[in-house]
Amino acid sequence: MIDEKFDAIVIGAGMAGNAAAYTMASRGLKVLQLERGEYPGSKNVQGGILYADMLEKIVPDFREEAPLERRLIEQRFWFMTDKAHTGMHYRSDEFNEERPNRYTIIRSQFDRWFARQAQSKGAILLCETTAIELIRDAYGKVVGVRTDRSGGPIHADVVVLAEGVNGLLGTRSELRPRPSAAHVALAVKEMHFLPPEVIEARFNLKGDEGAVIEAAGTISEGMAGMGFIYTNKESISIGIGCLVSDFAESETSPAKLLDIFKKHPSVAPLIAGSEVKEYAAHLIPEGGYKAVPQLFGDGWVICGDAGQLNNAIHREGSNLAMTSGRLAGEAIFQIKSRRDAMTKANLSLYKKFLDESFVLKDLKKYKDMPELLHTQAQNLFLTYPQLVSKAMENFLRVDGKPKIEKEKDTFRNFRKARGFGLIGDAFRIARAWR
Amino acid sequence: MSEQKPAPQAAGSRASMKKELPEKYRNHKHVWVYIEMERGVVHPVSFELLGEGRKLADQLGVDLAGVVMGAPGEDVKQAARETFAYGADVVYLVENPVLADYRNEPYSKALTQLVNAHQPEILLLGATTLGRDLAGSVATTLLTGLTADCTELRVDDDKSLAATRPTFGGSLLCTIYTLNYRPQMATVRPRVMPMPPRQEGREGRIVPFVTDLTESDIITKILSFMPDRDSNKSNLSFADVVVAGGMGLQSPENFQLVKNLAAVLGAEFGASRPLIQKGWVTADRQIGQTGKTIRPKLYIAAGISGAIQHRVGVEGADMIVAINTDKNAQIFDFAHLGIVTDAIRFLPALTEAFRKRLSPHSNDRLAG
Amino acid sequence: MHFVVCIKQVPDSAQIRVHPVTNTIMRQGVPTIINPYDLFSLEEALRLRDKVGGEVTVLTMGPPMASDSLRKALTIGADRAVLLTDRFFAGSDTLATTYALAQAIRKIGETFGPPDIVFAGKQTIDGDTAQVGPGIAKRLDMLQLTYVSGIVDLDNESRVIKLERRSEGGTQLLQSRLPCMITMLEGSNVVRRGRIDDALRAARAEIVTWSAKDAGIEDLQLCGLRGSPTVVKKVFAPPARAEKAALVEIGATPGDTAEAFIEAIFAKSPALEADVAKLASGF
Ligand SMILES: Cc1cc2nc3c(=O)[nH]c(=O)nc-3n(C[C@H](O)[C@H](O)[C@H](O)COP(=O)(O)OP(=O)(O)OC[C@H]3O[C@@H](n4cnc5c(N)ncnc54)[C@H](O)[C@@H]3O)c2cc1C
Ligand SMILES: Cc1cc2nc3c(=O)[nH]c(=O)nc-3n(C[C@H](O)[C@H](O)[C@H](O)COP(=O)(O)OP(=O)(O)OC[C@H]3O[C@@H](n4cnc5c(N)ncnc54)[C@H](O)[C@@H]3O)c2cc1C
Ligand SMILES: Nc1ncnc2c1ncn2[C@@H]1O[C@H](COP(=O)(O)O)[C@@H](O)[C@H]1O
Repeated sequence: MIDEKFDAIVIGAGMAGNAAAYTMASRGLKVLQLERGEYPGSKNVQGGILYADMLEKIVPDFREEAPLERRLIEQRFWFMTDKAHTGMHYRSDEFNEERPNRYTIIRSQFDRWFARQAQSKGAILLCETTAIELIRDAYGKVVGVRTDRSGGPIHADVVVLAEGVNGLLGTRSELRPRPSAAHVALAVKEMHFLPPEVIEARFNLKGDEGAVIEAAGTISEGMAGMGFIYTNKESISIGIGCLVSDFAESETSPAKLLDIFKKHPSVAPLIAGSEVKEYAAHLIPEGGYKAVPQLFGDGWVICGDAGQLNNAIHREGSNLAMTSGRLAGEAIFQIKSRRDAMTKANLSLYKKFLDESFVLKDLKKYKDMPELLHTQAQNLFLTYPQLVSKAMENFLRVDGKPKIEKEKDTFRNFRKARGFGLIGDAFRIARAWR
Repeated sequence: MSEQKPAPQAAGSRASMKKELPEKYRNHKHVWVYIEMERGVVHPVSFELLGEGRKLADQLGVDLAGVVMGAPGEDVKQAARETFAYGADVVYLVENPVLADYRNEPYSKALTQLVNAHQPEILLLGATTLGRDLAGSVATTLLTGLTADCTELRVDDDKSLAATRPTFGGSLLCTIYTLNYRPQMATVRPRVMPMPPRQEGREGRIVPFVTDLTESDIITKILSFMPDRDSNKSNLSFADVVVAGGMGLQSPENFQLVKNLAAVLGAEFGASRPLIQKGWVTADRQIGQTGKTIRPKLYIAAGISGAIQHRVGVEGADMIVAINTDKNAQIFDFAHLGIVTDAIRFLPALTEAFRKRLSPHSNDRLAG
Repeated sequence: MHFVVCIKQVPDSAQIRVHPVTNTIMRQGVPTIINPYDLFSLEEALRLRDKVGGEVTVLTMGPPMASDSLRKALTIGADRAVLLTDRFFAGSDTLATTYALAQAIRKIGETFGPPDIVFAGKQTIDGDTAQVGPGIAKRLDMLQLTYVSGIVDLDNESRVIKLERRSEGGTQLLQSRLPCMITMLEGSNVVRRGRIDDALRAARAEIVTWSAKDAGIEDLQLCGLRGSPTVVKKVFAPPARAEKAALVEIGATPGDTAEAFIEAIFAKSPALEADVAKLASGF
């Protein structure tokens, strides 16, 4: 039995947990952080892009020390068919600013660094320690946790569940429902190691500049999904994700999709000759606003992916996680400084903060997108890319066919697609986007 | 290269350091091989080292000597004769009752005294439990360099020993020199160097060496010795044929298939680490980085993916044969022969086929 | 009793990559672990402590980051951790390492009580020399007991220790005396998982951090590169094995496949058949 009591126990040392621990510890609260992995980030998977603004609000001078890979100066969107891609490409020297806005990171290194910052503020971190059960008092208020180490429970005024999308503590304790298969995507990712010079040459980069490719189309075999390619210093992260419910219905597996993506003639040359070191699979919550569970209660709050706070449309997750962790920390600090109890009523302050922040505002804005992407997957990811690609090919191929006929072909193709609901889809997407 | 040793600027200053052998080492001459004996039998690695030592000695134009230590008697005499037969010109013979069985204390004292008295330039030992135990303490006492587990030994242009060895778990090789100190010491694992031909009747000079060791000076006592062949413990490290199973076997019951094949082959059986962690197989059967290093003539791996930690433990095998359902499994990168099939179904057939093949009489019996 | 365990922080070999052009180790993102062999020694020390009482001190020489490994050892149950860190130690080979560690162990003895047993790992997975343990023993003039597969008896009074030692071709039952240096054979025990209170204590523990001077090391000539007789002249990637495994075709029946498979094995190495036949016949 451990006599000591903490102000807060944070479950997880991912983005949300580290932000919460840092925020509370730096304000003088006594924080215990538990992480089941061997070290922070050892099990965490992310493409991954770091959004500087949200981190700056927590650790203002992070750029000095954080393990950042490359600052992003270029973004490509690819519409893919089996043999081709049609792309949009945005590159700007504006991104070579003094305080760049987006970086690629490797989570295993970044999370470690982030956790260390929290530790330097006084948070205590125990790794290889899994919280397995919430302890409640006679009134049902959460008062601590039990871990998988012997010598049991540890008590605290409040437990911050930042356990990620597949954390079991919250679901097992019935604080939140298990995310349904239609609300989570399964992403698989590999790290392909290449010498920095090779990466820079292939992506037309210099120094610490980086590029990102987001790809959709036939690579996901008609399911709602996206592929991504991110440049790190000495490696390329490449992956693809689709909704778990789609995988369940289809014949294919995530590994197969990734294989198709990697072999795509537009992708293969980018990773040729690399050494593959890490294959990882991870879930991404994609349910959006409608899937967000109750986020606070007597003695507990939920942050980050565990609370479905993830914006799949913009591929943002870590920033929502970080921000929700910070806001939870700030709310808890305010309650604590008023010497109030960590009751459900008081902790609603956290939800208020979230509502006022971009986190819930953004999610609300796109609340209809997840369903749309799911129901229209065939069109969006199979038919349309092929149409666009066909049109491009038709347009570019110089084969003696009169241009007027080429145009007619293209229009004919698109008209046929109307039957599939092209116009309706465009309309619906536009509305959901707005 | 500075990656190997942490401080780049220091590495620079060191690399530019001149090779200049201090006066006190200038008389060091000849190549020595420590002839490892346990229970009266010479370890084959010593002969392999004589083969290698011969080449070095010839290049340097010096003698090749073997160091034979043990209790007085026929065994050491026989070992000396063998040492000549495998190419030595000289044998330093250290006979003393306290040297009956290997113990670090008397052996390291005796070898250190011998080196100080006769001053070799190069001293080679086998990288066995005995050789590693002895080499480490002797090198430290002599305050000289020791390069472990070499895979290649060469005499450089300026006559110094260039010892090449794997580093970082075999992902890299490095060549190491012992500048400004003598003797230059190195160990080599068994079976890394080829066995030289035996030259019957070849003779040489025996130089006896007397140590003043007495049993009462030695603190550590050997109470008993249990040879492997009398124990039921695994003898994996020394087995000629090893059959091992991994997670691909899917259940502890299926591991019996591995044991069955091992029994038919007269082989030892082993396993990858997860099977030990799951408690399917005892820890002394684990093969790999944190288990046993094996160097059999034949290694059969069933349902093992071939992770680097497993690989480093088996790479010394003469022939690696893999059974795996995944044609992209890493094990096929270093196995010599493979088959892409379900081990659970294939192992019984393989066991049966081996049984037939290996005992010609079994056919007769079946027929009759 | 006082048990000192030498541990080393090493890069996780599974994750090491070699730069294809420069042949240097690409350390970026390579996680570090406690040298796995050291854990068997740590566990044995903890068992002895639990049995006869006393303290376990873990010691490492390495960069400041090596404190991670020390903290982990505290989490597993060690009582105290000492980090020996100084730029003068950079580039140490095994001889220089044993000098620094032996000095630190002397200092540990003066500060926290003389060690009765010094444990080291059998070998490391990066250096892989198995020399440091014996070297420390020699420098501290301790009895050296390597490849120990089990400690049979430890008598507090007479300071006699009985243990089993793996030797070439068998197992020795040895009787020796404290103080001594022991390296444990892998697989001789199973490392425990620390309790939650150990973990909490470890997270807060002050790690004793010594520079060369703090450890009482006066002669810096014996440290680091200067104190290392061996010099690494060249690092290079091993020539890649050209071919992958030759794959045997699946036959009509498992029996056919098995026969073809055996045929392929012996075709590759004709001498093998006789060897295997001899073994199989129980020779
Ligand atoms: C392939 C992929 C690519 C992505 N790309 C991006 C991107 O480019 N940009 C972006 O912003 N977001 C991206 N995301 C999303 C982002 O990774 C997540 O939103 C973010 O990691 C969520 O942080 P978190 O702290 O909520 O959860 P996590 O980072 O998952 O952290 C949860 C932590 O809790 C620990 N834990 C769980 N249960 C327990 C327990 N019971 N006891 C102790 N510890 C426990 C876990 O080990 C883990 O360390 C991507 C996600 C994936 C899968
Ligand atoms: C510090 C450290 C030290 C380690 N030390 C060791 C060590 O000493 N030894 C060791 O072995 N590991 C060690 N490991 C673990 C190592 O990394 C691997 O996890 C382990 O070797 C994998 O074991 P495996 O191949 O049996 O299992 P898996 O990796 O799960 O592979 C199973 C294989 O079986 C195949 N398969 C599946 N079904 C069948 C079937 N029906 N028939 C045929 N094939 C099938 C699969 O394709 C796969 O290739 C260590 C790890 C660490 C981190
Ligand atoms: N830098 C170090 N700090 C502490 N112990 C070490 C260090 N280097 C080696 N050792 C110990 O010596 C053992 C053998 O190392 P090696 O000779 O490098 O194979 C290791 O298992 C450790 O116990």
